[in-house]
Amino acid sequence: MRAALFVTCVNDALYPRTGIAVVRLLERLGVAVDFPAAQSCCGQPQYNTGYRYEAEPLVRRTARAFAGHEYVVTPSGSCAAMIREHYPRIGRKAAEEGRGGELAEAAASLAPRVYELTEFLVDVLGVTDVGAYFPHTVTYHPSCHGLRGLGLGDRPRRLLAAVKGLDLVDLPGAEECCGFGGTFAVKNPDVSTAMGADKIRAAAGTGAQVLCGADNSCLAHLDGLLRRADSPLRALHLAEILAATEEEPLP
Amino acid sequence: MTGTYLGMPAFPEAAREAVRDEVLRANLRHATHTIRDKRARAVAELADWDRLRAAGKAVKDHTLRHLDRYLLQLEAAVTAAGGTVHWAADADEANRIVTELVLATGEREVVKVKSMATQEIGLNEALEAAGIAAYETDLAELIVQLGHDRPSHILVPAIHRNRAEIRDIFRAEMGSWGRPAPEPLGDDPRELAEAARLHLREKFLRAKVAVSGANFMVAETGTMVVLESEGNGRMCLTLPETLISVVGIEKTVPTFRDLEIFLQTLPRSSTAERMNPYTTMWTGTTAGDGPAAFHLVLLDNGRSDTLADETGRQALRCIRCSACLNVCPVYERAGGHAYGSVYPGPIGAVLSPQLRGTGSAIDASLPYASTLCGACYEVCPVAIDIPEVLVHLRERVVQGGPVTRDGVRVTLRPADGHTAERAAMRAARLLLDHPGALRAGERLLARARRLAPRRLPGAGRAWTDSRELPTVPAESFRDWWARERSTPR
Ligand code: SF4
Repeated sequence: MRAALFVTCVNDALYPRTGIAVVRLLERLGVAVDFPAAQSCCGQPQYNTGYRYEAEPLVRRTARAFAGHEYVVTPSGSCAAMIREHYPRIGRKAAEEGRGGELAEAAASLAPRVYELTEFLVDVLGVTDVGAYFPHTVTYHPSCHGLRGLGLGDRPRRLLAAVKGLDLVDLPGAEECCGFGGTFAVKNPDVSTAMGADKIRAAAGTGAQVLCGADNSCLAHLDGLLRRADSPLRALHLAEILAATEEEPLP
Repeated sequence: MTGTYLGMPAFPEAAREAVRDEVLRANLRHATHTIRDKRARAVAELADWDRLRAAGKAVKDHTLRHLDRYLLQLEAAVTAAGGTVHWAADADEANRIVTELVLATGEREVVKVKSMATQEIGLNEALEAAGIAAYETDLAELIVQLGHDRPSHILVPAIHRNRAEIRDIFRAEMGSWGRPAPEPLGDDPRELAEAARLHLREKFLRAKVAVSGANFMVAETGTMVVLESEGNGRMCLTLPETLISVVGIEKTVPTFRDLEIFLQTLPRSSTAERMNPYTTMWTGTTAGDGPAAFHLVLLDNGRSDTLADETGRQALRCIRCSACLNVCPVYERAGGHAYGSVYPGPIGAVLSPQLRGTGSAIDASLPYASTLCGACYEVCPVAIDIPEVLVHLRERVVQGGPVTRDGVRVTLRPADGHTAERAAMRAARLLLDHPGALRAGERLLARARRLAPRRLPGAGRAWTDSRELPTVPAESFRDWWARERSTPR
């Protein structure tokens, strides 16, 4: 089995450890990983802020970069949701506005081939025990785009529950948004921070050592709040936990 | 909409105050979490909820698509049943019609059934200017009116108040409007409700004119439907001699049978009740029973323009259940007043900028008053994709575009104040569209990582004021891949 990795711009520049973890994990499970170098950003920041025209070239680029790949895997629920939910609409709008049907076709063709990491593991590879070892207490925050946009359901929790040594504790109010919301975090900083503060308070109250998520943008916001508060709790991407083994623990 | 909200600061500034108000946040948190949990249980009881939701959406969409036809049918049915129909293009026209109707009765006071439409047009203020006193009879509206306050929730307008605050308002204000609050008055809900009952009873028995809205209008029969929990509405709808109902044109449903859907979804979504406590229906007038004169004022006030927008028109499906407010994490922190409209919360963020346009600072900021978390869409009983409409309206704010204003197709200019952001978005797009340049940029960032400041200037400050920045890694993923995987191992 071969899969192309869509690492996403945030992970590429700021969280390469997450990308590396996905590569290690997939290779350990027997998947050959491609990394098309022409990829960059899915265009979500632009699109969600109202800049659909600025997002369009990035939609085109992403669709082209992954044109020949049967499976495209990404460790970001929100970027997967962007491609799956919004690419078809962006393509359709472009065609309606007279910019050809080519983008519409490319966007519509990519959408069903994109898998968020946990979907790929559970639905395509059919595994929940990925052979990971992580001897820590962990609580999981399901980011909104994964939870409601993609309908990831309990896939992430099932994967975590199967990790050896891992003690999974419930996060109260787990389904509530953490307050990141892309540019919302800087356009409405007070509300964003208030939401994040409630989230990290709930997480700290579980007694967990690690706050796990499947979207590094939400985690950047939460980790930023945790570190500003000098909390011992750390935010960590799910892929890094799943990549850790007894032989090769988290670097 | 109303003059009351002009000059509101944009959402982020208005929200800042609310976020710092600990009492307000505690009141809101308690109230919204209680009702959202109850709603979830009430909805879970129905095995066919998803089908009811889809049916409600379908009925509303169908009606909106043929609204012209159904409105004419409604007018004919109301007239045939002895009512009089008036058409109001905007708030001023609606207020003028109602004022003239009241003055024609010779009365100088009216009792009111809780109604969003009359708040939207600022009817109470217009009546007051004409020397007519309008008394709100819904308990929460009464609290807002007596407190010289503004509503902050569609269903529970005084949700931002706690019991002690309500007691203080009753004590201080009831006397100047009518029967004073009994002494002593505690803050027990039963005592408060009893005080309101005595105060209101006086008004019900005296009033000759009532003003209401309606939750639904049935085109087929000309029937108006009001759902309420207290019974105050029913008093207003049956006791006075003249009844004037001001209703948004989008409240139409084609047939009586269609009510079957909404009489199940609305109560469960709004108050988490299986069945609505008081559902009052009236069709025109009946000799010797109820009001002798019935006037229906059909209100447009931006609705036809909204209808002309393919993506935005779904907001007109709204049945004002307020479920989206109760699950919205932004509403919970920012409070209803920050939305600068009688329609707060997620639905307000998509409805107000459509009904009023995106010209003012508050209306241009409302589409951004959301993290797009999707909780509102999930609970909406008529499946309004609020995040989709928000993104659509953001586009209108920053890029401008075609809209219909007063029935005329015009092209809006981008709102002011987004120039720097647009430049940044374009620059980011250019960089991101050139992976070579992106890679060089990432390397620069990595080299400068030790210089990374703890606090950023400009827009970035909004992040670093409360959060640390992520630490920049020594090597990007792209570079790691090139080093580790591109070359044969
Ligand atoms: S948008 Fe939907 S959830 Fe919100 S008030 Fe309207 S009908 Fe209810």
